[in-house]
Amino acid sequence: MAVKTGNHTYLLENTPSVLSFGAVGSKKESEGPLGRYFDVINPDSSFGESSWEKAESKMVQISVGQALSKGNFEADQIDVAFAGDLLNQCIGSAYGLRDLGIPFVGLYGACSTMAESLALAALFVDTAIAKKALAVTSSHFCSAERQFRFPLEYGGQRPPTAQWTVTGSGACVVGESDAAPFVRAVTIGCIEDLGIKDANNMGAAMAPAAAKTISHYLADTRTRPEDYDMILTGDLGQVGSALLEQLLEQEKVDLKGRHQDCGLLIYDRKQQDVHAGGSGCGCAASVLCSFILPKIRQGTLGDVLFVATGALMSPTSSMQGESIPGIAHLVHLSSGRRRKGVE
Amino acid sequence: MSQKAAPNSKLWRNMLLAFLVGGLICTIGQGVMSWMQALGLSREDGGAITSISLIFLSALLTGFNCYDNIAKHAGAGTLVPITGFANAMVSPALEFKREGFILGVGAKMFSIAGPVILYGSAASVVYGLILAIFG
Amino acid sequence: MELLLTLGKAFFVGGLFCAVGQVLIDKTKLTPARILVGYVVAGVLLSALGLYQPIVDFAGAGATVPLTGFGHLLATGVQKAVTEKGFLGVLTGGLTASAAGITAAMIFGLLVALIFNPGDKS
Repeated sequence: MAVKTGNHTYLLENTPSVLSFGAVGSKKESEGPLGRYFDVINPDSSFGESSWEKAESKMVQISVGQALSKGNFEADQIDVAFAGDLLNQCIGSAYGLRDLGIPFVGLYGACSTMAESLALAALFVDTAIAKKALAVTSSHFCSAERQFRFPLEYGGQRPPTAQWTVTGSGACVVGESDAAPFVRAVTIGCIEDLGIKDANNMGAAMAPAAAKTISHYLADTRTRPEDYDMILTGDLGQVGSALLEQLLEQEKVDLKGRHQDCGLLIYDRKQQDVHAGGSGCGCAASVLCSFILPKIRQGTLGDVLFVATGALMSPTSSMQGESIPGIAHLVHLSSGRRRKGVE
Repeated sequence: MSQKAAPNSKLWRNMLLAFLVGGLICTIGQGVMSWMQALGLSREDGGAITSISLIFLSALLTGFNCYDNIAKHAGAGTLVPITGFANAMVSPALEFKREGFILGVGAKMFSIAGPVILYGSAASVVYGLILAIFG
Repeated sequence: MELLLTLGKAFFVGGLFCAVGQVLIDKTKLTPARILVGYVVAGVLLSALGLYQPIVDFAGAGATVPLTGFGHLLATGVQKAVTEKGFLGVLTGGLTASAAGITAAMIFGLLVALIFNPGDKS
């Protein structure tokens, strides 16, 4: 049963397992360094649908379908689905899961939603409220662009701090099992706002939240970065990643080269025109479900802190001159149920 | 701190590209203009045909998904000329056709270019008032 | 030869207007819509002060094609209309002079929306 430790962290004593997972992406993702790890790649970013929003829902269907079929599960075996995306009223998730008949909890945590949904799914399983819970998020470059920025055909120039929204989705089924990857702990993040207003510099807006959540977790569990193989942030990109390391240094926390960022892993920033890196709910979700979870399952990665970050602004708040509040949730994923060397 | 971590925009390279592409668009415009004047059109009519030609070209490139790819490199070179204004009207019209022809195409068409028409007209009205009262 | 000179002047002056715009994009946080509004209003203002006509005389399309030229069109339109019709010209002058450009953009926008389908960015 989950126990709270410190002020922000829950230790999951029954260590629920990520039973199966699926990742889907499109052309740009397939051309990135992680392209070959995706379960499904459709080079046509419309996924055969008549609008970008429908394409995003289709990706949700595909990633959930992959996660279910790889674990040999039927939709009616899933007790609850936690899902979210970037579109207004979370229509990517709602229409994607509409036909599956799974009890549905819609979440909005911006790009942090994968960690948020995975944390809730793990908590539901750990406390035995659910036997199997689903966590799924998505984002689509085109649907995000037309909602948050400009029409796709508009000739604007992206500043170098801008990030590229990942067209992708990732889904995890969490349940009880003796097989890795296990979810050992989760930390629910607090909203952090240091007053950054530039919507083209989200990495910088989210970095303080990531720094806060990581230091909360380390303090709550009395561990150090050295105890983990990888500290994986969601989509801070190049600008936010540099800022995170600086912020943690000020708190005397040295990540010692253990820090990786999904937004920097998914694309080749030299070859692909993505400026400061990838972003979006689908960024953290698809990197986690394609590249990271298999490595934890095989044991090549032992302990990973998955810290997805989100910027909780909207076009309305931006136009009203509000600054960008950031959030970061943390999930401790592990190849073992107990920490190496302890007990 | 966030300022320092941001990578430097290559300003000089961007300015050169904007200069070249913007200059080229104006040269095409001048070509049309000189041609029209050679055909005996007045300065106003020649100017109108120049604008219409460039707007047509921009609309076509926008429809073929080319304008944004040029603009990615040219920046202000494709923003500042009248072609940028046309792209600002045509691109939302195209992008939002799935939301229907009334509230999609019809309304969204002015989402970027509307302010240009409004404040341009407003400035001309202020100027006109000054002329009418004091002129 | 004279045509080449005319084209060269248009290229140089038009290019300069765009290079200034690039500085605004890169060095300020101004959105494209704000820059466009700024150019049009600046065009009206410069024309009202009599500073823009000399640039048009020198550079031709190099001065009329950038959006400051749109402002110039609005200003000269209102000037003419006020002389001809007095106060009514205050309201009719600007849009009358710029009607060709605005209507063309609207109609071509509608046609493109009818014919083409939106695509992904490459």
